[in-house]
Amino acid sequence: MTKILVSIKRVVDYNVRVRVKPDGSGVITDGVKMSINPFDEIALEEALRIKEKGLAQEVVVATIGPADCQQQLRTALAMGADRALHVQTDAAVEPLTAARVLMKLIEKEQPMLAILGKQAIDDDANQTGQMLAALWDRPQATFASKVEITGSVARVTREVDAGLETLEVDLPAVITTDLRLNEPRYVKLPDIMKAKKKPLETLDMASLGVEARERYKQVKFEPPAARSKGIMVKSADELVTALRKKGLV
Amino acid sequence: MSRILIVVEHDGTRVNQATAKCVACAAAIPGAQITLAVFAADGAAVSAAAAQINGVAKVLRVDHASYAHPMAAAIAPQLARLAAGHSHVFGPSTTFGKDLMPRVAALLDAPQLSDIMAAESATRFRRPIYAGNAIVTVEIPAGSTVVATVRSASFEAAGSGAAAAPIESVAADVAPPAHTRFVSVTSAKSDRPDLQTARKVVSGGRALGSADNFKILYSLADSIGAAVGASRAAVDAGYAANDMQVGQTGKIISPELYMAFGISGAIQHLTGIKDARTIVAVNKDAEAPIFEVADFGLVGDLFALVPEIEKLIAAK
Ligand SMILES: Cc1cc2nc3c(=O)[nH]c(=O)nc-3n(C[C@H](O)[C@H](O)[C@H](O)COP(=O)(O)OP(=O)(O)OC[C@H]3O[C@@H](n4cnc5c(N)ncnc54)[C@H](O)[C@@H]3O)c2cc1C
Ligand SMILES: Nc1ncnc2c1ncn2[C@@H]1O[C@H](COP(=O)(O)O)[C@@H](O)[C@H]1O
Repeated sequence: MTKILVSIKRVVDYNVRVRVKPDGSGVITDGVKMSINPFDEIALEEALRIKEKGLAQEVVVATIGPADCQQQLRTALAMGADRALHVQTDAAVEPLTAARVLMKLIEKEQPMLAILGKQAIDDDANQTGQMLAALWDRPQATFASKVEITGSVARVTREVDAGLETLEVDLPAVITTDLRLNEPRYVKLPDIMKAKKKPLETLDMASLGVEARERYKQVKFEPPAARSKGIMVKSADELVTALRKKGLV
Repeated sequence: MSRILIVVEHDGTRVNQATAKCVACAAAIPGAQITLAVFAADGAAVSAAAAQINGVAKVLRVDHASYAHPMAAAIAPQLARLAAGHSHVFGPSTTFGKDLMPRVAALLDAPQLSDIMAAESATRFRRPIYAGNAIVTVEIPAGSTVVATVRSASFEAAGSGAAAAPIESVAADVAPPAHTRFVSVTSAKSDRPDLQTARKVVSGGRALGSADNFKILYSLADSIGAAVGASRAAVDAGYAANDMQVGQTGKIISPELYMAFGISGAIQHLTGIKDARTIVAVNKDAEAPIFEVADFGLVGDLFALVPEIEKLIAAK
């Protein structure tokens, strides 16, 4: 059976203005809205479209994190994923650890494709997909804005600094999503009910043989330097005069 | 002593500025000994240019036909091999470096720090998280290789012109994988300055309403020698090309002047422009969050104000 593995991270919702705790020990997450990382919603949408075209038979979503992550897995199931895997841990999960866990899931599931977000909007690391591709010794097509699958080859258009790059990769492969790949579907109420019956398996890191070791320490969190308050000008004339005074125009 | 290996980003002939900024970041580490690695089909010109950058002790030149277009799957295993004996491996925080470096880190079984904005010591770095809403200081245990991408907006490019560093040719001894093939790259050709290094940037948002309307921004930009950027909403709507997106998930820039027209100032956008020296915002909504970061704010209709500003600048 041809499968697609999609990884889903639970993150602080993109609309929340995140603040640092006064003691600098972290950021405030208590009582803050949590969501599926937006890039992972795009990843799931792409997997569902590939399946709907008949190019895959099953979409499996996976997450690594605390018990609460099951909310996001249920949302993913309601969007249309067939099955969910929850690797439960309360430890901080660094990208290399996430990649190692996903590699273990790939060994179990043997997907033809793993689709990840390009970046989790909490750690802003932009690493896990590339690390997974290295561990798997398979191709990576990062920052995808278009994916076309023909037989055992994927042609992927990537958003790069210079414009758009197209790569051809043999499957299995890792793809990471950029914003323009698709627009994720909305979840409908009946689907939420149906999702409750879909299989959600809980695993732990130890049984997968992955150690949640910290390879670095986050010693201090600070708010960013604030910009000094500017002024409101009344007219284009006043603006241009001010810029001219600064030698900017 | 820190032995720092930096991968060079180039276009086949020139070294880009983001690489020179990596050198500046590395040079701030006490006792840094900096080696640059050039992967190219023919790296003669690039290696010669790289050897001129101030602070560089050595250039490794690795030529192979498979490096004609930079593909992480081809370069990463070779770079990981060259990394032996180095304490740090750096690359620029551009799409090139973001694609490549994590693949190298995983091959080295080393953690990566993305977008470092300061090196406080050989093992202690600062980097932004949560779209720049927090800055975290990260400590890597001594003895662990530090793989990192360097946030361009945080550093002044290292100069060049010093005595040229020696160039050493290294044979590409890792067979490139056949599973990944380059097909094409398309870029909108323009004579405007490059967005990532431009001193001035004129940027437009959803309010522009069409690709055609963006022309008023190109005209203003050309009159002051600026690059043109865009918000995600403008790119999503097809008014501007994807490589023009400024922000958390686009380009992080630090021009001397940034002029935002019809951009609301979502946090994801602001994180891309916070390092600009002077920010100008024009928006018809006086409550738009962009005004919180603007040095000069002007409430009004951009369709009237953009041509007026251009005319006033020309009228000098
Ligand atoms: C995962 C994720 C990543 C993202 N990454 C980025 C990113 O990298 N970069 C980015 O920019 N965004 C990013 N976004 C999107 C961001 O949240 C905002 O949606 C986006 O920046 C809004 O773009 P805008 O300001 O052009 O549009 P809007 O928010 O719609 O603002 C338009 C503004 O134009 C003003 N306006 C309307 N008409 C006129 C007129 N005639 N004259 C003057 N002003 C006028 C309005 O008052 C309004 O303030 C991201 C979002 C997510 C979820
Ligand atoms: N703990 C996690 N659980 C599930 N997926 C993850 C996790 N961490 C990272 N990922 C995936 O990797 C992508 C990139 O994350 P990052 O490298 O942390 O920016 C995310 O968009 C997810 O698809």
